[in-house]
Amino acid sequence: MGAKRRFKIWRGDQAGGDLKDYDVEVNDGEVVLDVIHRLQATQTPDLACRWNCKAGKCGSCSMEINGTPRLGCMTRMSTFAEDETVTVTPLRAFPVVRDLVTDVSFNYDKARQTPAFAPPADLAPGEYRMQQVDVERSQEFRKCIECFLCQNTCHVVRDHEENKKAFAGPRYFIRAAELDMHPLDAQEDRKEFAQASMGMGYCNITKCCTEVCPEHIKITDNAIIPMKERVVDRRYDPLVWLGRKIFRRDQLDGAGQVPATALVGARTEGSEVAQHHGLNWHREIPQPQAAPVDETGRLPISEITADRPGGPSPFGDDQTFPLPPEGLNYAHPSGTEQG
Amino acid sequence: MTTRIERHHYDVVVIGAGGAGLRAAIEARLAGKKTAIISKSLFGKAHTVMAEGGAAAAMGNVNSRDNWMVHYRDTMRGGKFLNNFRMAELHAKEAPSRIWELETYGALFDRTKDGKISQRNFGGHEYPRLAHVGDRTGLELIRTLQQKIVSLQQEDKAATGSYDSRIRVFAETTITELLLDGDKVAGAFGYYRETGEFVLFEAPAVVLATGGVGRSYKVTSNSWEYTGDGHALALRAGATLINMEFLQFHPTGMVWPPSVKGILVTESVRGDGGVLKNSTGKRFMFEYVPDVFRKQYAETEEEADRWYTDPDNNRRPPELLPRDEVARAINNEVKEGRGSPSGGVFLDVSTRLPAEEIKKRLPSMHHQFKELAGVDITREPMEVGPTCHYVMGGVEVDPDTAAASGTVQGLFAAGEVSGGMHGSNRLGGNSLSDLLVFGKRAGEHASSYTDVLATRPRVSQADLDAAVATALAPLERNDGENPYTLQQDLQAVMGDLVGIIRRKGELEESLVRLAELRERVSKVSAAGGRRYNPGWHLALDLRNMLVVSECTAKAALEREESRGGHTREDFPAMRPEWRQVNLVCSLDGDKVRLEHKPLPRMRPELIKLFDRAELAKYLTDEELAEYDALAEEAAK
Ligand SMILES: Cc1cc2nc3c(=O)[nH]c(=O)nc-3n(C[C@H](O)[C@H](O)[C@H](O)COP(=O)(O)OP(=O)(O)OC[C@H]3O[C@@H](n4cnc5c(N)ncnc54)[C@H](O)[C@@H]3O)c2cc1C
Ligand code: SF4
Ligand code: SF4
Ligand code: FES
Repeated sequence: MGAKRRFKIWRGDQAGGDLKDYDVEVNDGEVVLDVIHRLQATQTPDLACRWNCKAGKCGSCSMEINGTPRLGCMTRMSTFAEDETVTVTPLRAFPVVRDLVTDVSFNYDKARQTPAFAPPADLAPGEYRMQQVDVERSQEFRKCIECFLCQNTCHVVRDHEENKKAFAGPRYFIRAAELDMHPLDAQEDRKEFAQASMGMGYCNITKCCTEVCPEHIKITDNAIIPMKERVVDRRYDPLVWLGRKIFRRDQLDGAGQVPATALVGARTEGSEVAQHHGLNWHREIPQPQAAPVDETGRLPISEITADRPGGPSPFGDDQTFPLPPEGLNYAHPSGTEQG
Repeated sequence: MTTRIERHHYDVVVIGAGGAGLRAAIEARLAGKKTAIISKSLFGKAHTVMAEGGAAAAMGNVNSRDNWMVHYRDTMRGGKFLNNFRMAELHAKEAPSRIWELETYGALFDRTKDGKISQRNFGGHEYPRLAHVGDRTGLELIRTLQQKIVSLQQEDKAATGSYDSRIRVFAETTITELLLDGDKVAGAFGYYRETGEFVLFEAPAVVLATGGVGRSYKVTSNSWEYTGDGHALALRAGATLINMEFLQFHPTGMVWPPSVKGILVTESVRGDGGVLKNSTGKRFMFEYVPDVFRKQYAETEEEADRWYTDPDNNRRPPELLPRDEVARAINNEVKEGRGSPSGGVFLDVSTRLPAEEIKKRLPSMHHQFKELAGVDITREPMEVGPTCHYVMGGVEVDPDTAAASGTVQGLFAAGEVSGGMHGSNRLGGNSLSDLLVFGKRAGEHASSYTDVLATRPRVSQADLDAAVATALAPLERNDGENPYTLQQDLQAVMGDLVGIIRRKGELEESLVRLAELRERVSKVSAAGGRRYNPGWHLALDLRNMLVVSECTAKAALEREESRGGHTREDFPAMRPEWRQVNLVCSLDGDKVRLEHKPLPRMRPELIKLFDRAELAKYLTDEELAEYDALAEEAAK
């Protein structure tokens, strides 16, 4: 029989809860989900947890293990030290239902707001012809198992409930990209829609979503960045925001419009700023863009008054994953409005 | 105790959000019916996501000689001629259209050079026939159907202002009872897993698409959802089940680590040169070649090894015997004490192919073993053993309409929960296409059934009260047993006594043990409250698992022959007179009743697709004489 290990598992519901200690036997080769199942079978039959396939294929068992968003069925116990306490908490970005189960309806709402595939009018079923190279790009995004780990990780909603209304999240950016790259999709404005209506502009390419994706989908590099780079409407782009960081707000206000030449300067400065703040930006910085001014030559009022239009990370009070579990003071956002 | 019950009114209620359920719901919504989809897990997570290989459809994209007749023949052979011929015929004819339709919903299959849907080879299929997307075809299928439903909801939103006005998904909702008005379906009763609140769906037509029963076995490739709910709901509503003795055990599931016990190791490992060895290092399959296969299989390792490079002049290695033969051989090695440390045998490719070659040919297996078992298959052998994979048996249905047989009206079934299509053994890839073909048919005919109904059946208050009482019972008892213990005991009975190899004495014992379990399950108690309480959920599923297990054990005891997914040690041969018989289960009070029913006879133009030598292996002398008469007539 295996050794006893210490687990801390968050128990509770919308009304509140806390981390409870469990000592549980762990055998060779087990994953975190097995330990949870053993707890259910031996100590606490009502411990709530989602799972289906136990093979990383269905995306049901998403949870935060020692602060890192992960699939319980793909996290082997051997990745922890023998004497390490394993802390398991529910996904933080979604309201808790009970224990490790959260209300992920946010994601299904966003799915419904993403326009569906538009079949070509002139092709009957059976007449579709596509080359493998052309479908491969979209196929990468269709690997998504909808575990919503990326949604949970993205700082735009993780700590900012209020952004949920306007922000669809990385899972739906790759859906938009998938359709955008679909060789036969009849709809033309996927990128523009993503930028204008899905809040893609909030994304400042921190790549946290890519890091947690269990399917290793290159969410940022292959979906978000290509879409951003080609999108016509550049209203809420992080680079613009970068510019605003560098040029004080009052300057912006006074100048009305940032001259293009100044922005070129901002680019080099921007990368320094980025380095200074530890921005995870493993790529070439995109071409500078002019600020999205309206017809009066001013930035839209919301852009200027908002406290953090692009969410907090990565220049400010960003966090790195995994969060140290000792410092984990878990308080679940609850009873919140659904976007 | 007063219980709040939420009520909904629908025209068609589909229970199950796998491939079959979603396809049925799409069809019902397209027919203008107000449709509900109910699923135990979240939307898009049903078991169908796990299917890997592909969906069989004779599109002839890779080999233009393929057509529905060839597919039909393969399916009947695979099922050892016990299939419902009409289902196999409809399936073979309609599968290509159902696959092409998916492309109009946005599916992206792998392509051939000329841009068509690519098709791959698979065991039992004469030509490359499986439409696929890498090894995640099931995911593609379910996501596509899910997204089609979302697109229909978007149309509804544009038309009515609400996404849910015509088709609505009730995720994490479990149906525990079907309610009848006389012999007509009137509704479905269940609970929201999240809150534990009860919900009643009043509807004149219900489509069952709840999948299989694998959780009654300890080692299974199936998820927790597979507790045979649909099978049991149908029985209790007065429908009948057929072929329940036939379960498919896949020979190579992972056996270590415990977490992944049962997860599949694809057949291509053996196809690409992998060999099976026991703990003494012996390549044991040579000892298990049955007489009927002697001519096709190699007798020495040298010959077997030559086959990989020169298949025309050598016989195949015995590792490539049909699934049931390999499963039995592994089972026997383990039973006789020559198993691997974790109770399987060794499957080794590391000594057979260079590491680079393994990584190229078997990328997902390399990844699977590396991530889950910490085993590098390019350097060490895998441990594998048989795993319960698929149930051929299920609700007896009318082949054309998918309407359940028995006394009940307004009940339809499609997908793994239905029976007959696959006979005694399912070919790989035939399930995904089965879901689409019969899912569509079930949705269509459930809709037209509601059209001709004169009055809407009504749910009686007494039935509703009874359903509530049954559902609450485990929570109100606190002196009963833990549901997890009971599940383990049930799994032990089924695995040990109604497993791959069956014997009369053991089957009889299993019935005694199941009767004892029935007593214990009726007194199960669940700790905790109603909110997302998995212990309570399992307690309610147990009675379904139990009645379905009883059907399997009874039918297995009755069928005194070995065929496909049913092996009797005491009756090792296939017997033509048993091919004419379906074993039909129904409920008599709470007892399982078993009856013999003649198998429908193949139409002349279909039986003529086979040659006489092949039929002679399966048919009785009388049937063969009839075939000869037909042939003679045709010759005239
Ligand atoms: C590992 C693996 C690999 C496979 N590979 C292939 C393959 O390559 N090719 C192939 O053709 N087949 C394959 N199969 C078989 C195939 O995947 C299944 O037979 C098929 O997906 C079953 O689909 P379904 O629609 O009948 O049910 P499922 O997809 O299983 O859906 C069942 C649905 O019913 C719901 N449900 C169940 N009970 C209730 C209840 N009481 N109340 C409410 N809802 C309920 C569940 O929540 C679920 O949504 C494979 C199976 C496995 C396990
Ligand atoms: S890159 Fe960062 S900001 Fe953008 S979607 Fe991913 S996690 Fe969110
Ligand atoms: S993109 Fe990756 S992380 Fe996000 S939901 Fe899909 S599989 Fe999960
Ligand atoms: S249980 Fe399916 S991904 Fe973990």
